[in-house]
Amino acid sequence: MSGHCVIIGAGHGAAQLCASLRQEQWEGPVTLIGAEPHLPYHRPPLSKTQLDPDGDTTLQLIRSEDFYTCHQINTKLGVRVSTIDRGRKTVKTDVGEIAYEKLVLCLGSLHRRPPIDGIGHEKVFVLQTAAHAEVLRAAAKPGARAVIIGGGFIGLEVAASLRQRGLDVTVLELAPRVLSRVTSPEVSGYFENLHRRHGVTLNTGVSVTGIKDGGSGLKVLTAGGQEFAADFVVLGAGATANTALAESAGLETANGILVDEFNRTSDPDIYALGDCCNQFRPLYKQRMRLESVQNAVDQAKTAAASLAGKAVPHDALPWFWSDQYDAKLQIAGVSTGYDRVILRGTTELGGDFSAWYYRGEKLLAVDAVNDSLAYAVGTKILKAALHPAQEDVADLNLETKQLHTKAKEQVYA
Amino acid sequence: MPKITYITPGGERIVVENAIGTLMTAAVANQVKGIEGECGGVCSCATCHIHIDPAWMDKVGPASKVEQGMLELEDHASECSRLGCQVKLTPELDGLIVKVVGR
Repeated sequence: MSGHCVIIGAGHGAAQLCASLRQEQWEGPVTLIGAEPHLPYHRPPLSKTQLDPDGDTTLQLIRSEDFYTCHQINTKLGVRVSTIDRGRKTVKTDVGEIAYEKLVLCLGSLHRRPPIDGIGHEKVFVLQTAAHAEVLRAAAKPGARAVIIGGGFIGLEVAASLRQRGLDVTVLELAPRVLSRVTSPEVSGYFENLHRRHGVTLNTGVSVTGIKDGGSGLKVLTAGGQEFAADFVVLGAGATANTALAESAGLETANGILVDEFNRTSDPDIYALGDCCNQFRPLYKQRMRLESVQNAVDQAKTAAASLAGKAVPHDALPWFWSDQYDAKLQIAGVSTGYDRVILRGTTELGGDFSAWYYRGEKLLAVDAVNDSLAYAVGTKILKAALHPAQEDVADLNLETKQLHTKAKEQVYA
Repeated sequence: MPKITYITPGGERIVVENAIGTLMTAAVANQVKGIEGECGGVCSCATCHIHIDPAWMDKVGPASKVEQGMLELEDHASECSRLGCQVKLTPELDGLIVKVVGR
């Protein structure tokens, strides 16, 4: 296939798309347009090693600069796109109009800004880009007081990193428990204990109503009348799909840009992938919008194949990870809607365990904490669409590896 | 820093002089096919699976527990398997030859 393929956005998905397009023999020119001044870089370290005082703060590029040159990917960095003209098949940018044959939207997500008085204060930070990480790093002096609004992945990873830098850290979560959107009360409980053990002040069920500048620092106010002193605030209250550009171009959206199993939008010449899109998942029989590196990367492979005329429907297994202190959480699948969770191992701090989520007889997902074997086994089982018997999963005399073997046997039983 | 030879799944030999970082980052920087490093090098994705030349296993050392768990069910896992992201490059590894497993 040829013609000009224009990619808007320069995150994980976009980087993979450049590689996959060339691998799939897309012969036409490819242009990558990114709003940030950097080639695509690894974003997960922004909340981890990038905040580590002993960590390497140079940006880790997903592909080397040579890669883009070698594969004749034209990069336009620090460039914004204002509109898409679908009729003329052009995009309008800061540096002029660019015509496309095929357009791919890798627009990512935007952080949510809850209606909190004073949220626009200059000492209220977010963490999405390398530039944000630099600001946060400069403010994160040992002994400084940080209040983090939100106990999701970003909030908790930042909390862990800042504690390790010697800051005084408070996390305020609106829901009754941390990580409530992505995991069970059992796993949430483990992470709450972990953060408290490391000296984080963690409050759940707390609604932040205002941020006031008291002269000598900030005061974070809650609906319950509490006040938390802070030198700075980090906002980690979730994200929404970045759909403004797609909407103004008249593409169909509903919690993200709607795409089919090939990551095509309602315009067959425009694709969308990663955090910004919403796709039907055959595995879970519902539409989902996922925010993860894996999802962006796998959807990029799907989009590239389709663009190159070798369409294969997307059916990758979602997976996620989070590193906090010395705890490694790995998630295979999506547990939303589970009706039973079976734990293997202990949720006491210092232990390793995995949580197996079922809806009826169907295995939905596996969370593993410091238990990469359970994660690997769970991944293998979910990818093969196997459903191990619940009594086997609950039987700790069975080795984790045997769960896969037994589940395979059950298919033929 | 060391000179590393990668043998790709397609049989191509890629020699990296002055390799920096880990076996994964050096491979990605030099476009070695079959090494993706999707998770950025935190032992979470197993897209940098390699086989170490057995003669070098002592110097490279064994996989950690987390790494072993990730490798356990990978196709073509062997005693010489490592995840490239978990092998830091040091001058002692000069001359090392590794085979990229790929997927």
